[in-house]
Amino acid sequence: MSGAQVTRRARWRGNWGLIIAAVVLGAIALMAVAAPLLAPFDPYEQILDDRMLPPAFVDAERASPDHLLGTDNLGRDYLSRLIYGARISLLIGFFTMVVSGVIGTVLGVAAGFFGGRTDMVVSFLVTTRLSLPVVMVALAVVAVLGGSLQVVVLVLGLLLWDRFAVVMRSATMQVRSRDYVTAARAIGCSVPRILWGEVLPNVVSGLVVIASYEMAQAILLEAALSFLGLGVQPPLPSWGLMVSEAKEFMLFEPWMIMLPGAAICVLVLAINLLGDGIRDLTAPEGRR
Amino acid sequence: MLGFALRRAALAVAVGLAVSAIAFLLLRVSGDLAATLAGEEASAAEIERIRGLYGLDRPVIVQYGEWLLRSLRGDLGRSLFYPESVAKLILDRLPNTATLATLGLAVALLLSIPLGVVAALFRNTWIDRLALALAVLGQAMPSFWFALLLIFFFGITLGWLPVSGTEGLANFVLPALALGWFSTPVLMRLTRAGMVEVLAADYIRTAHAKGLPVRTVLVKHALRNAVAPVVALASVQFGNMLSGSVVIETVFALQGIGYLAWESISRRDFPVVQGILLVVALFYVVLTLVADLLNAWLDPRIRSG
Repeated sequence: MSGAQVTRRARWRGNWGLIIAAVVLGAIALMAVAAPLLAPFDPYEQILDDRMLPPAFVDAERASPDHLLGTDNLGRDYLSRLIYGARISLLIGFFTMVVSGVIGTVLGVAAGFFGGRTDMVVSFLVTTRLSLPVVMVALAVVAVLGGSLQVVVLVLGLLLWDRFAVVMRSATMQVRSRDYVTAARAIGCSVPRILWGEVLPNVVSGLVVIASYEMAQAILLEAALSFLGLGVQPPLPSWGLMVSEAKEFMLFEPWMIMLPGAAICVLVLAINLLGDGIRDLTAPEGRR
Repeated sequence: MLGFALRRAALAVAVGLAVSAIAFLLLRVSGDLAATLAGEEASAAEIERIRGLYGLDRPVIVQYGEWLLRSLRGDLGRSLFYPESVAKLILDRLPNTATLATLGLAVALLLSIPLGVVAALFRNTWIDRLALALAVLGQAMPSFWFALLLIFFFGITLGWLPVSGTEGLANFVLPALALGWFSTPVLMRLTRAGMVEVLAADYIRTAHAKGLPVRTVLVKHALRNAVAPVVALASVQFGNMLSGSVVIETVFALQGIGYLAWESISRRDFPVVQGILLVVALFYVVLTLVADLLNAWLDPRIRSG
């Protein structure tokens, strides 16, 4: 097999993953936006007569035709809660990614561009951040400040910037000594202008891949925090919280933990594959 | 080497101080310590008296210094919930977490190195793709959910293994699988990449050309060089496992420091949380320091960097 053939096949395969991931992600995003239109029930409405009805594919006899994916222990429609849950995961994932992306990019670009003492300070900050156990710190801070969406986004954003900083630092170091930066310096551009106009546009391509990875991380962490009772608070339909609420019924109604867990899995998988696909597109030699 | 070691050690000390300051501040912002110590029915005057008694009315920096000195001597304060010192609570539970993390790392290495090697040997075949798919899927699963699935299949449906508690080694099997699984994808990818690179190297071709048995070439020449970065990363993963064990220990009710941390956070026993945070973070600082120094000693290129 020739090298060109391998490359073409790798690209082709990468694109399929990319297309599937984009479609799945788009569908979930659409579901989140159009939740009030799509959800058959109010996700908070408790119909106590209809508690823990299984979906039809689990137990056709007990299932109710109204509740496609059954109901939870308080008689809330599971499908509606899953649809609204996509909002929480996507909101927290996206805004955490933005917060951590801004912090990490600023630190990384500064470290890479200025070097010397700035670089030392940033590498100290990164090492300190890496020494902190993420889950434990996030749980403790949420316990102190309370579990609102804003607090979760802020805490995760302040904890997940390290990879942005590391990657942006090395990308900036490569760009720093390029001719166009030297030229910009020579014609007397100010440092902010060089950073904004010359450096940033040339390092930004690497951001997409880390951004997708960090968004996936944030979604997984939110689910874990909510599962442990110190993230998003009830009655919000966070998927992690849904797994936690269904845990005690796992023995008899295992579908109750399967559905929200699978939802997290599909969303994270789609985001990761999207990131991988974009990486393979921009650098096909990345995967050997 | 000495210059590099000193610079790296200075960084570790600075990071250790920063981490300890964060742990110290966590307890401060968690609430008014004097009010907590005085109890719910205490009057304002009593609270003030306790504030003076414990020196909580002095400048924060002085309090931090004292707390740090005491912590370094092993006195981490007292739990608000248990009638024991924080240090004793942590020491009692630490062996369980250490066992879990060690077993978890063993699981991760036993899964990732063979998978990575096989994926590299059969590069771009279905075997490679299957291994990659496993890695991608593994990275997408929430750890608590994977742990619950293990409980459901091996604990409840098959009834092979206990699903909670800390009585015997059998209690550690499922938690170690759950914990190890999450370090497997990254270690596997690294093994695969290392093997792919090494297999293309000239000395492998030479070894083959000399007529050495394939097995000798793979194990002695290729694998030994390919796993060096894996071992370096494994030490970092071990540190991550100590902190990642919060979720897994809680799911399995395994009496380690992760479970203790979660319990303490839930009941707002922040002196214990502070102690665990300090111990885990400082352990990570020391671990990465040792790993970096070892790497620099083995590979001179790192020292100059």
